Amino acid sequence: MPTLNDLATGCSPTWCPGCGDLAIWGAFKNAAVSQGWDNTNTCLVAGIGCHGHLLNFTKITSFESLHGRAIPVATGIKLANHKLNVFVFTGDGDCLAEGGNHFIHACRRNHNLTVVIHDNAIYGLTTGQTSPRSPRGYKSKSTPQGNPDYPLNPLTLAIASGATFIARGYAGDIAGTAKLIIQANAHQGLAVLDILQPCVTFNKEYSHTFYQQNVYPLSTDHDPRNKELAFKKALEWGEKQIPLGVFYQVDEPSYESEVPQIKDQTLIDIPVDRKNLSNLFRRYI
Amino acid sequence: MSDESLFSITIGGQAGQGIKSSGLTLAKVASRSGYRVHTYTEFPSLIRGGHNVIQILVSPKEVSAPVKHIHLLIALNQDTINRHRAELSSGGGVIYDSDKKIDTSFFDPGLINLFPVPLSKFANTAGSSELLVNTVSIAAAVALLGGDAKILETLIREEFADKGEAVINSNLTAIQSGFEYAKANFNDKIKSVLAPVSNPSPHMIVNGAEAIALGAIAGGLQFSAIYPMSPASNILSTLALYQEQYGYIYKQPEDEISAVGMCIGAGFAGARALTATSGGGFSLMVESLGLAAMTETPLVIVEGMRPGPATGLPTWNAQGDLQFVLHAHQGDFPRIVLAAGCAQEAFDLTIQALNLADKYQTPVILLVDKNILDDDWSVSPFDVSGYLIDRGKLTADFNPEFTRYAPEADGVSYRSIPGTGNFFIANSDEHNASGFSSEDVTDIVSQQTKRMTKLKTCADTEMPPPQIFGPENADVTLVSWGSNKGSILSALESFPQANYLHLTWMNPFPAEAVKTILNSAKRVISIEANYSGQLAKLIAEKTGFLIQDQLLKFDGRPIYPEEIITKLNSILSAKT
Repeated sequence: MPTLNDLATGCSPTWCPGCGDLAIWGAFKNAAVSQGWDNTNTCLVAGIGCHGHLLNFTKITSFESLHGRAIPVATGIKLANHKLNVFVFTGDGDCLAEGGNHFIHACRRNHNLTVVIHDNAIYGLTTGQTSPRSPRGYKSKSTPQGNPDYPLNPLTLAIASGATFIARGYAGDIAGTAKLIIQANAHQGLAVLDILQPCVTFNKEYSHTFYQQNVYPLSTDHDPRNKELAFKKALEWGEKQIPLGVFYQVDEPSYESEVPQIKDQTLIDIPVDRKNLSNLFRRYI
Repeated sequence: MSDESLFSITIGGQAGQGIKSSGLTLAKVASRSGYRVHTYTEFPSLIRGGHNVIQILVSPKEVSAPVKHIHLLIALNQDTINRHRAELSSGGGVIYDSDKKIDTSFFDPGLINLFPVPLSKFANTAGSSELLVNTVSIAAAVALLGGDAKILETLIREEFADKGEAVINSNLTAIQSGFEYAKANFNDKIKSVLAPVSNPSPHMIVNGAEAIALGAIAGGLQFSAIYPMSPASNILSTLALYQEQYGYIYKQPEDEISAVGMCIGAGFAGARALTATSGGGFSLMVESLGLAAMTETPLVIVEGMRPGPATGLPTWNAQGDLQFVLHAHQGDFPRIVLAAGCAQEAFDLTIQALNLADKYQTPVILLVDKNILDDDWSVSPFDVSGYLIDRGKLTADFNPEFTRYAPEADGVSYRSIPGTGNFFIANSDEHNASGFSSEDVTDIVSQQTKRMTKLKTCADTEMPPPQIFGPENADVTLVSWGSNKGSILSALESFPQANYLHLTWMNPFPAEAVKTILNSAKRVISIEANYSGQLAKLIAEKTGFLIQDQLLKFDGRPIYPEEIITKLNSILSAKT
């Protein structure tokens, strides 16, 4: 089992003090230590945005993809070696703007991936432009007159697209976030974990204080198998109206569990020295 | 054309009438009778209603290009006759449906043989499918060309094996009626084009797309994600068929961006991966081309060219993407670009591309044009006994000090995969030797230099000299690439004093060898299916040699041997 020390790379985090990414990183490392995720069983994939720096600070083999393109790369990794525990770290701009198409299709295919959305409702790395999660009317460098667009809701989008595990956390609650990361990863199928996080530098609206005052846990009798209820709860947003927890979870076969070629072994373990192809070639005579 | 032994059959009708599969059946009858064949198809980007035509060329010798003239036209409608009557050579014939109102009054009976056959009546008697008209017409053609009906019957039994006895029997009835009718009514016109040769050596009939898919399977492909796009889609449909049997995965992605991303992910995780597309899809993949190069992940992309820009001409031929694939993406990085000239080369280069991608840990692009992908080619059964799968510097051994991007003299570092315990980051940001993001000057320079060194290593160790067909000292040297090869070799049969420089390596480029050949050539003509002479530009860039005579065609149609002959005649007569 790895210790926290084993996960250190020697690179110090470059996030702003108070950034939600620090808390998500901490929650992930705690989860990794408790679950034994390391270089022998786990692979991390990130897109581009402040979230992506996490790879530099976490000593687990990883792939830093292009902006918006973490999910296709992660899908290829999972299909090639489905025994690997594959995490996708992505931002709201990365996942819902540039990578929106990949997100909805990954959901509908139910790949066994854990998608963690660092949701700060802003483009932080490019120094503060409106994101698909920014509220309507929001003023930023790209919308100085106020955002004319309505925000996207990653939870309802994921439910509608067919993801089989959908949860929301708040970065300020490190223990709660770690628990959700573990639950999402234990789920067999596409798990979406939207983590609300402040951007302390560029998003003054969604601050730690805002979230602390307005989030609440889903009630213990919330039935995550009820899709309509999940959708209804996911639509809630506002003063004292931001639920956290597992909105939706159903057991459906993951994509990888239904590919006959990899039923007994991973794709990369199947021998490829295909010398006897005369039966194949004969079909074309 | 000087080749009297080459016989050309054209089948025409509406899209949806099964023209392509009829042509393939006839081609297989010819092949199994001991002849070499080639097919060329023209079809609009429609599923029903437009004009479809397939040309089947039959010869005792190798044949690898379409021709302009027609010896036997099988016309399933009036439109086919109207469009192709001028292409019929003297002494040629037309099979058509005598049950339909078909106007043939304009044909001179002294020059063109008319073969009216009651296609519809025989088809209706044989069964309920309208496609039986094709079977009747092919059977009549086999009879007229002196072929053996049994070979056709065997083929039909194999083709419809999973459709049940009723379908097979109605087709056999259709064969018998068409074959017997032609024998009984046109006995004095029967030729011996398809007369079975004793003990023929077996040949495969594959289109280039199938050759690439089969090459990928033979080359140890483990993962492929391909988004459908003409003319590359037959690669995915072939790969999709055999995935369970041979233990690889074909996945249909949501777009070409995802196709290439999935392949990069699979490649990073240790699977041999290949994607395929046309120019438009490649445009979407360009973003990830540099990702594969930056993370040093093996990747093969097959780019099947069609005329552009934009949607262009989806079902026609072009070679207009050479400069695009050579330059696409920001910054400098090593890319290997190969170009196949026929189905056999496509098969061989696909296997080689998979090896090169692994050995040099960088993207390899295989360029093919629509004619290579869609034409059917006659090839000896592929022999894979000599092929080796070379994974390059790939290690699964655990090493706590593993350094993924360690500097190496040849530019190629040891690669490992996730799950081995070896830690590294495959990073799209510039990085240090372990993969950590770095803006340090030493890291930037050493990593960029290391990556670019791979191209030189590849050129020094892998690149063969270019192929020359014909005499060393020729009066005229033709330079070309892609499917033009077939037409050029066909044209050169009439010009023993001309030779052909065929290029398959575009990057790295055999600059010194090409320079030597061109500098010593008496006269050089380049031949390309694009507007701007993209290969000639590449040659100028790499060698300084400017080609003055260019035969360029950009109308989507093949460069026919006849056109090359005309060009050579005009140049040689101007010279003397």
